[in-house]
Amino acid sequence: MRQIEARHITEAVERLCVEANYVLGDDLVEALKGALEREESPSGRDVLSQLIDNARVSGEGQYPACQDTGFTIVFLEMGQGVQVIGGDLYQAINSGVARGYKKGYLRASIVKDPLKRVNTGDNTPAVIHTELRTGDRLKITVMAKGGGCENMSRSAMLTPAMGKQGVVNFVVDTVRRGAVNACPPVIVGVGVGGTFDECALISKKALLRPIGSPHHDPATAGLEKELLEEINNLGIGPQGLGGRITALTVHVEKYPCHIASLPVAVNMECHSHRVKTATL
Amino acid sequence: MPEEIIHIKAPMDEKTVLGLRAGQKVLFDGVFYTARDSSHKRLVELIEQGKPLPIDLQGQVIYYVGPTPARPGQVIGSAGPTTSSRMDPYMEPLYKKGLKGTVGKGERSQEVIDLMKRYKAVHFSNIGGAAALIAKSIRKCDMIAFEDLGTEAIHRLEVEDFFAIVAYDTLGNDMYKEAIKIYSRQ
Ligand code: SF4
Repeated sequence: MRQIEARHITEAVERLCVEANYVLGDDLVEALKGALEREESPSGRDVLSQLIDNARVSGEGQYPACQDTGFTIVFLEMGQGVQVIGGDLYQAINSGVARGYKKGYLRASIVKDPLKRVNTGDNTPAVIHTELRTGDRLKITVMAKGGGCENMSRSAMLTPAMGKQGVVNFVVDTVRRGAVNACPPVIVGVGVGGTFDECALISKKALLRPIGSPHHDPATAGLEKELLEEINNLGIGPQGLGGRITALTVHVEKYPCHIASLPVAVNMECHSHRVKTATL
Repeated sequence: MPEEIIHIKAPMDEKTVLGLRAGQKVLFDGVFYTARDSSHKRLVELIEQGKPLPIDLQGQVIYYVGPTPARPGQVIGSAGPTTSSRMDPYMEPLYKKGLKGTVGKGERSQEVIDLMKRYKAVHFSNIGGAAALIAKSIRKCDMIAFEDLGTEAIHRLEVEDFFAIVAYDTLGNDMYKEAIKIYSRQ
């Protein structure tokens, strides 16, 4: 067994929370620049240049990219040969979130009870998804997920007869209804298949792929392309001011499903896409 | 859509409000009050109980924002808009108290668009997620009420060259609908 100390996990999560919120990924900035080249609407172009500028300013480390510094979602890929010592794994992660949000001057946006609505004060608890892998490494991915775009996400249990067209219609309709409130240009994560819960999870995992990287399965990649085209035909444009670029990319993930089901989930992500990874 | 950007003052007088048209780009100078979900709930509760409000809303502009904490030496942290439609259920009592403008991201319900017509108010959108840039047009930030709400407390902001677009005007025009129609290929 390879031993990893809990405090090292805390330190890594702390650093990832801060980095994610200040330093937007190169893939995102490139996608915004590409969008600026293709956008025809003057207002849309204005928005895109401001977003590129905003990324530069936040990268200086004084102002987070967005004031909604998100719900902290932590994806763990844990080798079976890893043993965490000196503390509880999930506690170590939550300590890292609390420290990162405090030291990084990030906003605490989590309420303890969804109905009583009192802020926990340190952005904990994180939502943690753990997968076991072979090997002896621990890969930690931190995503700071905005509330505005998350609110525009939807899922549905379609019937198998509705098929691919049913999926396309549901995804495009979700974007049509929600994109203006989700800070477009959006990134669209789509899950197809699995169960009610698994489908939502893979729609979120789809967001973790580098922006614009097509799915390795050609049929799925084709579906992504078709969805992106239809979404960009909506005309919503950057910030809803009208334009060609409503979505920067669409990522689809699939999972086997029951003979009776065709689940579909759309996880909406804004242009303030904040994801950072470290491997211990 | 008029391309020229005009300067306007906040709070707004009647002439300014009535003259604004959906799609008009503006630069604000003056004073905004911040409020979002929880502070709206409290304001409306105070109104329902017949109690005085911590701010006089006559002619004022409310900015829907919950900023990040300011670092030492900063006026405010990142300060982009939050989703406007979540405040839709609270609007009528605030318009009755004289509120003339709101700034936030995204669309508003038809009900609120109708209220804006009735009470002669407008709604502005600014760029969601451009929060680091927006912070630079805020010159002063003071706590006014509901401090226990943290980021949701009501603050008084002094803004300079604060960029926004008129999304809905006093005639019920809808900037989003018009703008999206131009580029829709459906
Ligand atoms: S949707 Fe994203 S960019 Fe828009 S305010 Fe929320 S976190 Fe920021």
